[in-house]
Amino acid sequence: MTEITPEIVAEHGLKPEEYDKVLEIMGREPNLVELGIFSVMWSEHCSYKSSKVWLKKLPTTGPQVICGPGENAGVVDLGDGLAAIFKIESHNHPSFIEPYQGAATGVGGILRDVFTMGARPIMNLNALRFGSPEHPKTRHLLSGVVAGIGGYGNCVGIPTVAGEVNFHPAYDGNILVNAMTVGLAPADRIFYSAAAGAGNPVVYVGSKTGRDGIHGATMASAEFGEDSEEKRPTVQVGDPFTEKLLIEACLELMATDAIVAIQDMGAAGLTSSSFEMASKGGVGVELELDRVPLREEGMTPYEIMLSESQERMLMVLKPGREELARGIFEKWDLDFAVIGRLTETGKMVLKWHGEVAGELPIDPLALASPEYERPWTASEPPAPLDAAALPERDPLEALERLVGSPDLASRRWIWEQYDHLVMGNTVLRPGADAGVVRLPDLPEGSRKGLAATVDCTPRYCLADPVQGGRQAIAEACRNLYAVGARPLAVTNNLNFGNPEKPAIMGQLVGCLQGMGEACRALDAPVVSGNVSLYNETEGRAILPTPTIGAIGLVEDVARVPGAAFPEAGLSLVLIGETRGALGQSLYLRELESREEGAPPPVDLEAERLAGELVLALIGEGRVAACHDLSDGGLLVAAAEMAMAGNLGCSLEPPAQDADQAAAKTPLAAWLFGEDQGRYLLATADAEAVLAAARGAGVPAARIGETGGDALTLAGAGTISVARLRRAHEGWMPAYMAAELAAD
Amino acid sequence: MRSAVIVFPGSNREMDMVAALEQASGRKPALVWHKDSELPEVDLIVLPGGFSHGDYLRAGAMAANSPVMNEVRRRAEKGVPVLGVCNGFQILTEARLLPGALMRNASLRFVCRNVTLRVENAQTLFTGALEAGQRMTVPCAHMDGNYFADDDTLKRLEDTGGVAFRYVDAAGETTDEANPNGSRDSIAGVFNETKTVLGLMPHPEDAVDPLHGGTEGRALFAGIVKALS
Repeated sequence: MTEITPEIVAEHGLKPEEYDKVLEIMGREPNLVELGIFSVMWSEHCSYKSSKVWLKKLPTTGPQVICGPGENAGVVDLGDGLAAIFKIESHNHPSFIEPYQGAATGVGGILRDVFTMGARPIMNLNALRFGSPEHPKTRHLLSGVVAGIGGYGNCVGIPTVAGEVNFHPAYDGNILVNAMTVGLAPADRIFYSAAAGAGNPVVYVGSKTGRDGIHGATMASAEFGEDSEEKRPTVQVGDPFTEKLLIEACLELMATDAIVAIQDMGAAGLTSSSFEMASKGGVGVELELDRVPLREEGMTPYEIMLSESQERMLMVLKPGREELARGIFEKWDLDFAVIGRLTETGKMVLKWHGEVAGELPIDPLALASPEYERPWTASEPPAPLDAAALPERDPLEALERLVGSPDLASRRWIWEQYDHLVMGNTVLRPGADAGVVRLPDLPEGSRKGLAATVDCTPRYCLADPVQGGRQAIAEACRNLYAVGARPLAVTNNLNFGNPEKPAIMGQLVGCLQGMGEACRALDAPVVSGNVSLYNETEGRAILPTPTIGAIGLVEDVARVPGAAFPEAGLSLVLIGETRGALGQSLYLRELESREEGAPPPVDLEAERLAGELVLALIGEGRVAACHDLSDGGLLVAAAEMAMAGNLGCSLEPPAQDADQAAAKTPLAAWLFGEDQGRYLLATADAEAVLAAARGAGVPAARIGETGGDALTLAGAGTISVARLRRAHEGWMPAYMAAELAAD
Repeated sequence: MRSAVIVFPGSNREMDMVAALEQASGRKPALVWHKDSELPEVDLIVLPGGFSHGDYLRAGAMAANSPVMNEVRRRAEKGVPVLGVCNGFQILTEARLLPGALMRNASLRFVCRNVTLRVENAQTLFTGALEAGQRMTVPCAHMDGNYFADDDTLKRLEDTGGVAFRYVDAAGETTDEANPNGSRDSIAGVFNETKTVLGLMPHPEDAVDPLHGGTEGRALFAGIVKALS
């Protein structure tokens, strides 16, 4: 038997004081299998030991919430007897090491989290961050990640309807791949993971277990060094075809009464799934590891317990239902094995050909899971930007550069690789503010739909974590309002650097504070989430990136406005207040090469009022097109609407009031400032829109109208829509084509 | 019109097809599992889109050998119309019920976007309600849609009205930009010799509702129903 040396303890990612706790719980020295189990259960990835204290402060309840954080995914009531089940999850570290498989298995994992609870997945989204376009690895990572997401999602037949992509040198050594799935289930048929009933069979279904991914959870809880590429063997390999069969087989079994509890085998595989099911149910479990279906010969109990082979599920069945379940899984050509029983011992007992290979107490291990209140320091508030001192530029030239810049250029090259139409319910395709699908199988006459979006502005989060946290929630909700959806709830994916550094921990604390404030103000509780820390390479951290995934309910999918200008002669109405916030704007970064100043402040009450106004106007059928204002500000939004509709517009910036004129706000601040809480609407009835805005106490102004084949800015000139499109559509295909040329 | 939609492991657009057929015919199609060896009495057999067997080995290669395909072949030989869309088209070529093969897209990337099709032969039971030269915009979504056939086969297809649809631009012309996958001669769909089997890569079943962003796929299904009712 292997002796447990301090080196072995360290290799398992356990600190000496954590190992002392292991000795105390076990009352003896653990064997290698047991140590491995402690290691993964107490990894940051599985235990949330750095973030737990702060996560508890987020709002997680509301009348719409059926199940908040703590299960595989969050569950929200949609009415009509339906529930939405959704979550976002990172697969950052594996995707950097092996982009195709890392991203593909990220999609597979989040799909399992959702269908485990009884939902048929109906849409996928993803939020991606890559390094600088000039970094030699960026093309390879981008093309691999996109192909992996498509390769998996397209095959399982779930439409990928929305997403976002940023480039920044801070991600050169740590890209982010955050994948979100939304599923639909009958509200009274939700499946949970708490095991119950001593003697009930524990059943393994899905793919066979191999050696792939051993210690993936531990890898995902460490910084990268120069040897990160050597970690390739810990990246799992995905099989979307098996996942598709697993979805169909599980949903078929879920239609019967056979299942007591079910859990997918994600990070830390059989260990965490069996442990969590037993721990939540307050029962013991005995597993016969020699019954686990294996892909490779000579595998040890250690490897079987820690394998992260994909497309596997663990279930507790009612006694006597084994053959019914076996029949369904055999129909779908999937492995099915009874590998153990629940017990009353409160212990996990692992057997290997009749011998005990490991024995651990469940509650003490789960309850003693470390929880740190790490020291943190708040970020220094950035000095405000003196916008009046910026050089004057031709605004239309600036616009052309912006719409063709890496962060604003069209993502068509990406989303055309995703099947965004399969299932036949897609109402708004990628490129819109949010993806929208109609809900299937509704009662006659009902035209409800579900909208979803992912959002975060990491440069704001770095400059001011509290405002950045607020803004991520505000923008996600704004994207939902803009398509006529009422925000229901959010899921968050907290991507940060090393939390043992007080400055990084301060970013996390600040973002969570802002996020909590915004969730409360906008009535969008957090129902699920995932934390990815240690996103650092050789001491350099990523930008703080708390990605928000949000869903909203659409009452009538026939009224969902797109962003595209549909016809000439419509009025353009700007909703919300424009102060001209250029701090941390893309204009400042792309045109002046400066990343500085304070990000735009988020007035949560103004945000809510503007959103409710837009939602009401859409519901009344007064909105022909709508787009939220975010990166790039007003002029970029107008250009995006023009390009989407292939129709021009003329714009006259709203007049400045005396205060603003006195502050000498330059024109660029009006056009490119990233003030929050704003929308641009195209409407045939501007008077009614303006009157409604007055009634709601929301600033609004008519600033132009649609028509022609160019964007005309009063006093500045004209640029053709075709020219804008060339810049906007051209950047990414040209950038990616250079990869082929380089090969 | 009575119809059956075959479900292979990995099919994923069978419900899109069911919705389009039901909308056009007023009757729910029967779903038939690939391991079944029998088919109900139907007027039309449909092989839907998806990734049967994960596209492992070659797209459609394993599904072409599913038990149900023996019966599909027997019915096809008796003249029962068979429609294959996307993966269904791939399966029909692998089963040699249609000529040619579908290779990896020339871009080597999956492509999901609207394409415009031009009707090349309107003298068949599938296309009799359409007009030659008529255009319809429908989506495509595939990794392996690059139609290939040797010169002799292409000539024979051309001479006998075997080309069903071509990818064209807004003006109705075949161009490289309008061809999403590098198919030879911009071919998007072909018939068998008797014009009773049709395969095409794009998805008319995902363009039958205003919410899809277009309804130009409807005419094809309406025409099939008219011919077979």
